[in-house]
Amino acid sequence: MPNRRTKKDPVRSRPKSAAVATLAMGTMLLTGCGSAESVTTLTWYINPDAGGQAAIAASCTEEADGAYRIETSLLPTDAAAQREQLARRLAAGDTSMDIMSIDPPFIPELAEPGFLAPIPEDSVDGFSENVLEGALAGATWKDELVTVPFWANTQILWYRESVAEAAGLDMSQPVTWDQLIDAATEQDKLLGVQGSPAESMTVWINALVESAGGQILENPEAPADELELGLTSEAGQEAARIIGTIGAEGLGGPGLPTSTENTSLTLFQGDEGSFMVNYPFVWPATLGAVEAGSIDQSVVDDIGWALFPSVAEGEDTAPPLGGINLGVGAASDNPDLAYEAIECIVQPENQTEYFITNGNPPSNSEAYDDPAIEEDFPMATTIRDSLELAAPRPQTPFYNEISTGLQQEWSPPNEVDPDVTPEESQEFITAVLRGERLL
Amino acid sequence: MSSSTINKPDAGKTPKSDRDTKAKKQHSDRVKAERRMGWYLAGPAFVVMLLVTLYPILQAFFESLFAFRLTAPDEREFIWFANYVTILSDSVWWQGLLVTVLITVITVAVELVLGFALALVMSKALKSLKGILRTAILVPYGIITVVSAYAWFYAFDINSGYVNAWFDWVPGIDSDLNWFAQTGTSLFVIMASEIWKTTPFISLLLLAGLAQVPDELTEAAKVDGATWWEQMRKVVIPNMKAAIMVAVLFRALDAFRIFDNVFIMTNGENNTEVLSLLAYRTSISRLEIGLGSAVSVLLFICVILISFAAIKIFKVDLAGTRGEKK
Repeated sequence: MPNRRTKKDPVRSRPKSAAVATLAMGTMLLTGCGSAESVTTLTWYINPDAGGQAAIAASCTEEADGAYRIETSLLPTDAAAQREQLARRLAAGDTSMDIMSIDPPFIPELAEPGFLAPIPEDSVDGFSENVLEGALAGATWKDELVTVPFWANTQILWYRESVAEAAGLDMSQPVTWDQLIDAATEQDKLLGVQGSPAESMTVWINALVESAGGQILENPEAPADELELGLTSEAGQEAARIIGTIGAEGLGGPGLPTSTENTSLTLFQGDEGSFMVNYPFVWPATLGAVEAGSIDQSVVDDIGWALFPSVAEGEDTAPPLGGINLGVGAASDNPDLAYEAIECIVQPENQTEYFITNGNPPSNSEAYDDPAIEEDFPMATTIRDSLELAAPRPQTPFYNEISTGLQQEWSPPNEVDPDVTPEESQEFITAVLRGERLL
Repeated sequence: MSSSTINKPDAGKTPKSDRDTKAKKQHSDRVKAERRMGWYLAGPAFVVMLLVTLYPILQAFFESLFAFRLTAPDEREFIWFANYVTILSDSVWWQGLLVTVLITVITVAVELVLGFALALVMSKALKSLKGILRTAILVPYGIITVVSAYAWFYAFDINSGYVNAWFDWVPGIDSDLNWFAQTGTSLFVIMASEIWKTTPFISLLLLAGLAQVPDELTEAAKVDGATWWEQMRKVVIPNMKAAIMVAVLFRALDAFRIFDNVFIMTNGENNTEVLSLLAYRTSISRLEIGLGSAVSVLLFICVILISFAAIKIFKVDLAGTRGEKK
């Protein structure tokens, strides 16, 4: 926003003074500037949250003491829609893209054409210090840090202690998907998973394939027509078997084909809830529901947590990785100031506060040291361990094609067949990437 | 511009030939003035239309000849009509076309029947009730499509909806029915929402058509002993053919470009993708400007074909409803 100075004329007569005052007021309203006239305004495009980013913007503005002012601008709710808006604005050279909250899978697509301003060399070390490995990997493209990790998200396994106990499961040890399927079948309960053809579906497929020791994409940095998918591997088939079984046996309930993170939480909180894979927002949301009186305290008392389930017994799990990184638009008028502001935003104290107030886990390991975290999030250690094991989704500029292709081919879950789906989806996505098919 | 007003003979006492020449001169002057006036009135709108419609159409056609992805501006390449070949040889396009045609045919047919019934009710209603009735019928049309799509979505959604609970006495509907998990049920809700939303529009057009049918004709038919059905079939409907065809054409073109309902309810999943959504997803979501533009151009050609077929084959008379030709 341009900074215009309003010059006051000496007051000569009453009507004139009134006119001048009105004019001055109008100009101030039009420019949106009051006392902070000479302060540079940085626009921070944020994803919707519970107000945490706006609070950080306010505190950093205060801390900057007139060096800059951060104004937040809200992006759409849906991750895919956020990407669309960011990509369109960046491609058009929008100079207001000072700071952007970006979902990690979309970073290569924005970094490859040079839409992101490079991080100043002397800041790279500072931005990578104490950052959890998974989060750092998600902020990097072609071995270069292109965005700054802000918060890191991961899914853990939430379970109803009563159900796990009845199934005779020792939840202090890693559990497998097959064990969960058996437990739910035996007790006539439902599993909380995300079967809707949306980004959450790709998250689930990727976690299963990675947990089974495979990869959706074999050579992520290759150009579109040379990308090779690994869906037909044993790992891909295992992933299809698990999704197909849960779908075909009705273990996700009738709502599975349209279930998202929020709907699976509702299912988990109900009488048929047993196990659920979901993000940490589940905890404050459930406590809030108790406070609002929509669920009973006994539900909260019955909730336990563990690492994301493994695919095979004795093998490590590879939980989903999400979160938000901060990037600066290449066309921004103030890239240096923007990085200065980012330094303030990602401070461990801010990350801790953001976790406690909004339920979004820090990407900086130091931020977990605050004892307040353990108080509000008794599962913080599990979350941190999960983040160390977490595997990112395929990092390629063509992520959108791969993700949308998977969502189309692997839904509804009851039609997923390990002998057919991986092969068909691999052929389809490969053809789309080569420009031979529509998506 | 109306031409019927200029044919009135000049009532003067001058000799016939003189009168004719004068009339002709006057006639052509008046016609000229009217034409000029017509251009003055319609010209600015015409220029604006050219700017806002013709320019984007030409731009879209130009872009459709390129392999161009918004996030890879350096790799832009001229490929002639390769995008069109890709689209027309892909089952996704034909499937989308099929679904679009299906939605168009079913919704327009149902809307026509319901709209006609509503128009009859409106035209026959007591004078004191007419205002309220027309307003009530028009309410759905006044609601923004996105809002009505969300309303229908939440009503049928398995988690938040009430339809399953209210209609569980209907065979096939129970609390476990996930409307948006199968093609048939998804299309049913999409079409029902579309019909609910746009029937008022068609009923208004038909009401205008009904008003054009002279009362004497129906009264004469009544005197001749025609039943209500015979009056409709032989007198009313043939006399409002122009209005019906215009209503069908307008709605068919509108329904063919259906987007909001599908976008919000299924986003094209379960084989419910329509052509507008395909164009949107290719251009906006995939950022494939070239391919997406080609889909849009093909969609535009489809719309032109429908208009052409309606005007040439079914002889829709667009001027007829305005009372210019009788």
